[in-house]
Amino acid sequence: MYIIVVGGGKVGYYLAKELVEEGHEVLVMEKDPVKAERIAEELGDISLRGDGCEASIMEMAGFGRADMVIAVTGDDEDNLVVCQVAKAKFNVPRAVARINNPKNEEIFKKLGIDTTVSATAAILAQIEQELPTHPLIPLLTLKGGGLEIVEVKVPENSAVVGKRISDILLPQQSLIALIVDEDGVPRVPKSDTVVRAGDELMAVTRTENEDALRSVLTAHATFGPYGPIDSQGR
Amino acid sequence: MGCGRVGADLAATLDQEGHEVTVLDANPDAFRRLRPEFGGQRHVGTGIDQDVLARIGVGEADAFVAVTQGDNRNVMAAQMAKHIFGVPRVVCRIYDPIREEIYHGLGLETISPTKVGARLIKEALEREPVTRGGGE
Repeated sequence: MYIIVVGGGKVGYYLAKELVEEGHEVLVMEKDPVKAERIAEELGDISLRGDGCEASIMEMAGFGRADMVIAVTGDDEDNLVVCQVAKAKFNVPRAVARINNPKNEEIFKKLGIDTTVSATAAILAQIEQELPTHPLIPLLTLKGGGLEIVEVKVPENSAVVGKRISDILLPQQSLIALIVDEDGVPRVPKSDTVVRAGDELMAVTRTENEDALRSVLTAHATFGPYGPIDSQGR
Repeated sequence: MGCGRVGADLAATLDQEGHEVTVLDANPDAFRRLRPEFGGQRHVGTGIDQDVLARIGVGEADAFVAVTQGDNRNVMAAQMAKHIFGVPRVVCRIYDPIREEIYHGLGLETISPTKVGARLIKEALEREPVTRGGGE
């Protein structure tokens, strides 16, 4: 395959190196003469100095016969234009764009670029897997029963602050088993125990009700002009 | 979007004509180009960020003009205004004549100052020559 890589920074460099090793014909386009020179020195004569968005240079680079164009500059707008021009003017069958702003994935799709790669999104996905984005911490999963013991710290603006346990509508098969207040004093709650901000609640719940339990205990009580305010305060 | 010479001049004219004008530029210093009597809004931010465009109300705009120094920035912002926010009238400046033709072909309303400038200069050259040292 003939693959054109636009952008000879770190991503472009290592990408080109791997592709060359796999036996592809590769061309790297890079504006910065120093970077272009370094690629030529280390990977052989596969770099072209020039603006990968400039149609005359694209023609020279052989976009017309490229099987794939991969735009990996640091700027989303440049990667968009490279891919759009490659498709519209040179009929390149596959164009891949690197994006920094994860929200651009949807935008690029609407603008005709189906394949986007976002390091930001990949890292976010990794973090979300490692740390739940919510303040509910699973403590123990009880084998076989589908039940979990979880810990939730009650946020200051939670709707349950000031409510009695009996007035909190919990998801099915969920039970608040222990409350540890801010001073570290544990209490076994009774139906008339009042929940305070900063309390840590240990609860038993079914695994599938974890999300529902979290939203009951942490959802904000206040409403902005456009409905509930989310955790970022928007 | 883009408060350079063209952006600032255009904003001032439209403001004077009684339109509600919002100017967006990534660099707050750029607003110095606006005349003091400019009555529209000024926002700092990049026009290729969906959140920024939403915040400054592009969704309710009747027209969007992209005149930053970067062709690609203009192209991306203009397409977002048109296809994401549904702005009815979108005009985009693209210096590079070839890129301008491509995006014109893709349905964007585009202007290449390079092409227009070259044409105007050529026309001026071809006009009846003015007599040297004339003026009587």
